[in-house]
Amino acid sequence: MFSILTSFLHSSIVQGIPLLYGATGEILTEKSGHLNLGIPGIMYVGGISGIVGGYLYEHFCEKPVALLCILIPLVCSLLGSGLMALIYCFLTVTLRANQNVTGLALTTFGTGIGNFLGGSLLSFFGESGSISLLTIGKWYKAYPAFADKLGGFGEVFFSYGFLAYLAVIIALCAQYFLTKTRAGLNLRAVGENPATADAAGINVSKYKYWSTIIGGMVAGLGGLYFVMDYTGGTWTNNGFGDRGWLAIAIVIFALWKPARAIWCAFVFGGLYICAVLIPGLTSAAKEVIKMAPYIVTVLVLVLSSVRNRRENQPPAHLGLNYFREDR
Amino acid sequence: MSEAKDNSTQKLHEPLLHIVKRAGISRPKAWLIRLLAILLALVLNALIIYWLTGLNPIAVYKTMIDGSFSTKRKFWVLLQNTAMLLCIALAVTPAFKMRFWNLGAEGQVLIGALSSGALMFYIGDKLPSGVLILLMLVCALISGIIWAGIPALFKARFGTNETLFTLMMNYVAIQLVNTMIAVWVPSGSGVLGIMNSKTNTGWLPTIFGQKYAINIIVVAVLTVFMFIYLKYSKHGYEIAVVGESENTARYIGINVRKVVIRTAALSGCIAGLAGFLLMAGSAHTVSSTIAGGNGFTAVLVSWLAKFNPFVMVLTSALIEFLQKGAGEIAQAFRLSNDIADIATGIILFFIIGSEFFINYRVIFRHKAHKEGK
Amino acid sequence: MPVPVPAIELKNITKTFGPIVANKDVCLSAFRGEILALLGENGSGKTTLMNMIAGIYYPDAGQIFIDGQEVVIASPKDAFRYKIGMIHQHFKLVDVFSAAENIVLGLQESERFDLAKVNEKVRTISETYGFEIDPTKKIYEMSVSEKQTVEIIKVLYRGADILILDEPTAVLTPQETRKLFAVLRRMRDAGKAVIIITHKLHEVLALSDKVAVLRKGVYIGTVLTKDTNENELTEMMVGKKVSLNIDRAEPKDPQDRLTVKDLDAVSREGIKVLDDVSFVARSGEILGIAGIAGSGQRELLEAIAGLQKVGSGSIIYHDPKTGVDEDLRNKTPLEIRDLGVRLSFVPEDRLGMGLVGDMDIADNMMLRSYTKGHSVFLERKSPKTLAEQIIKQLEVVTPGVSTPVRRLSGGNVQKILVGREIAAAPTVFMAAYPVRGLDINSSYMIYNLLNAQKESGVAVIFVGEDLDVLLELCDRIMVIGSGRITGIVDARTATKEEIGLLMTKSEHIEGLHEEGGAKHE
Repeated sequence: MFSILTSFLHSSIVQGIPLLYGATGEILTEKSGHLNLGIPGIMYVGGISGIVGGYLYEHFCEKPVALLCILIPLVCSLLGSGLMALIYCFLTVTLRANQNVTGLALTTFGTGIGNFLGGSLLSFFGESGSISLLTIGKWYKAYPAFADKLGGFGEVFFSYGFLAYLAVIIALCAQYFLTKTRAGLNLRAVGENPATADAAGINVSKYKYWSTIIGGMVAGLGGLYFVMDYTGGTWTNNGFGDRGWLAIAIVIFALWKPARAIWCAFVFGGLYICAVLIPGLTSAAKEVIKMAPYIVTVLVLVLSSVRNRRENQPPAHLGLNYFREDR
Repeated sequence: MSEAKDNSTQKLHEPLLHIVKRAGISRPKAWLIRLLAILLALVLNALIIYWLTGLNPIAVYKTMIDGSFSTKRKFWVLLQNTAMLLCIALAVTPAFKMRFWNLGAEGQVLIGALSSGALMFYIGDKLPSGVLILLMLVCALISGIIWAGIPALFKARFGTNETLFTLMMNYVAIQLVNTMIAVWVPSGSGVLGIMNSKTNTGWLPTIFGQKYAINIIVVAVLTVFMFIYLKYSKHGYEIAVVGESENTARYIGINVRKVVIRTAALSGCIAGLAGFLLMAGSAHTVSSTIAGGNGFTAVLVSWLAKFNPFVMVLTSALIEFLQKGAGEIAQAFRLSNDIADIATGIILFFIIGSEFFINYRVIFRHKAHKEGK
Repeated sequence: MPVPVPAIELKNITKTFGPIVANKDVCLSAFRGEILALLGENGSGKTTLMNMIAGIYYPDAGQIFIDGQEVVIASPKDAFRYKIGMIHQHFKLVDVFSAAENIVLGLQESERFDLAKVNEKVRTISETYGFEIDPTKKIYEMSVSEKQTVEIIKVLYRGADILILDEPTAVLTPQETRKLFAVLRRMRDAGKAVIIITHKLHEVLALSDKVAVLRKGVYIGTVLTKDTNENELTEMMVGKKVSLNIDRAEPKDPQDRLTVKDLDAVSREGIKVLDDVSFVARSGEILGIAGIAGSGQRELLEAIAGLQKVGSGSIIYHDPKTGVDEDLRNKTPLEIRDLGVRLSFVPEDRLGMGLVGDMDIADNMMLRSYTKGHSVFLERKSPKTLAEQIIKQLEVVTPGVSTPVRRLSGGNVQKILVGREIAAAPTVFMAAYPVRGLDINSSYMIYNLLNAQKESGVAVIFVGEDLDVLLELCDRIMVIGSGRITGIVDARTATKEEIGLLMTKSEHIEGLHEEGGAKHE
């Protein structure tokens, strides 16, 4: 019984990590007043960029080094998702394009890039089959040896690759940043009331750019975790599924608080994995369980709007662009 | 941004660029800007394709055109796909015009397809085809209305954010479809196959020798209807007023809540119709990917056309043409099919970006100075 | 003695918004240790000019000098660097933040960010200047004057040298105003340059050292306060001696048309906005409503129009044709119209409420009439005819009927709105600040239209801010203060002083309570 529980917790967390990255990234973005519906596409690109970087390294290097095995995909992933976020920012912040439309286009674009590269990468180098970067995956999955000796405790707390811990650390840092630092205060002001922030001497565009780009990079790490750790360095087209949208759901569920997003992501991960782990479920029941996160999110959204506590609302200027000389 | 560039070291510095809102722009000029954006995007796409394939871009574009027009069948498929995308775009349009961000069309289409599929599944062989089709239609419309109506109710009553709500409803619908398929297909394969493929009950009839003709005609009629509804009906006027200013709407006595719910319901209703057309008119099956992301693409189609149904015919055809054409290139040059999404994405970015130059004017300070003197 | 260098000097500043010229070749200077009043009518470009100093807008042409050095103020950040602090009329505060969080917003201090320390510092500043403020209180829980206090502390916290206040007294009680003036004088004595934007002459005379006057975006001149008087300033402000010469006919056969009795209303924030309001509006006369801005004028008109929820009380409409009395309380605008009540309402917010900015003139005409008839389709012909008629009769300057109203100038927008409301052939006509921001000619056209309505037997209710206009145009003037009716006077015999006293009466009553009960009422 205990081992079922620990393996359930373990799987929940593994499932939750990509969601946590996505949610933290989206919270940072939304705090600047930009609803980035391109997050699923950005996470996708974050994943494929890591794969491409890793593949090139493995392909052209005789003896891959552990450090570079980790660093090269990581940097590639950050660059890829950062570039995607940059497209979004340029269009919505500088060119004041409609955020929903831009975000959706970005998701189409990102999914296209992911699937295109995922499907054609090998053929560029005259290979066939599917992408499988087992060496790199191994390094991403590596965890300290003592975890195995600690039994269930070790399984729940110490049996993950480094990206899992990084996800929690980033979420906590984001929480600290938003609530306890000057720049965090300024960023929240930009999302709440950009005209006020502007009058207070805050460079609104700069904050929007940075929060969207950093948010995109964080979200992209979720894609990297998925392809390197979760699937161990393999790529399947559309394998990432609807995790990007689930991450946006968590943002609502966590009421725009990164620290809350941590356990929210694990709960959602648990629901995601429930269907697989609970023995004896019919396939219909499994699908119903997968529906639960979305229904719960809708309930949270409705409840927070009915109770109307000011602190739990979305950033007041979410989805609206800012032009200083609007009259 | 350039207008706010920090430059504390310099004694005197004028912002290089200065952005102002246009007082207005003539319609032809606006369309010229958009056309230019599309051309630029096509050039960029050509460069990317050239880089990937090393082939003459013109030959590549010719292949693209072949993808849609080389055979009669391909052309009909293009028409059918355009019609479906257009239908969903027509669905989201009244809501958008009211500034109600219905991002849930995907789910509304699915739920429409699912409910009509359920009828086909449970009583498909007990009723004459005509009656069944009618029942399917009613069911699809009602379920679409419910799916869009729920977020609208909460938006109207509590101000619940409809963008996020409708977005989430998509995934509830997707899971509902998966659940029902799991119930219907005991084997656990998760694939419901074509329904009633032998009897064809619940299938829309083939007319003019074309399987998709009814779908296309229905959407064509709907396009005209939507244009008239938005432009010449009292409802359309109310939608415009509520969208522009809720205060004004209240001031002249429009019941804003009623209009929000009614319009969202109409939006869901048409999306439900799209689901029905998929079920009865083309796919005859349901799966969570049957809408194929068109619920989202439709948002782009509608917005790019500035909510004008007739322009939407062009934008949806453009997107479908790109999808088909890029697919053809992929096949001809052994690339992954997904290059279509990349090409579409690039074109979308350019058109989205071009709106800026329609709404704003960029002034270079030095030039402005000289003009002033 | 060396010639003092102005703290801030503007040279030939020009700013346009589309076709509207907000400022044209404005020159202005303010010195340290001085309070400069920037005087001008509504819409004379005072706020736009100051916004350019604060970095909100960027001038199209002209130069700005700080202490004799030419500078570029491209953003509010630049303004802070030159120690310029502006307190806007519409507060720039983040609602969900606390007072302290708002105060430090955007600051780049080298020390670590510690909200507790900020709270402490805010308390110290409050004590120095005698403010009462809880730094941890959220803005959305604050009253208007508390919010203003936060704004002022914000500027002080940043150590501003040049202070700009945009209509700071519009929302304050006399006591609060007195306190504010004391603070401003203390700042002046501390060697700061203070610029106060206002259109209230008595405040200018009471507070300032110098007065600069703007008229229609143009700089008229600067005078020493001690060398000038109300008449001279008024003349500078409006260009010529004010003799309004509005024709006023005696009301013909006035009959009660609208009886409001004991009306109470509470705002969405839970503040009492109408308190026991009772009055009668009669046909064939103009009832003026005077009061400090935000005293309940808007709520009163909106309550009558069915846009503001009211508590107890009644709004009885006496139908001139049927003689039936109808209670309009808490009816929707549609229900009111369905009762056959012909109520026209020109709201304060023209483009945000009375009209739809992005629609053309013809479509805006339809707002009132589109429901007519049983057809599901719109009838576009008569609105178009009406639009053409109004354009012609009221001399609206527009490229055509299909021009979006947003592109028209303020005066023309108002003509469209008033024209449409008159075209509905009302029996009650309500107008809130109908001449705000309008040029003299347009204003007169509006006065004439109101008079014509009165003469045709309509009950006109006119909310105004200019007492001279109220006294010359209206038959009776009702004064409202803090949601209460403080008096109704005959406009033919009343004086400005009398009305001015009534406007601030409610606060005086509060003061009397402390001394042992109200004697008034």
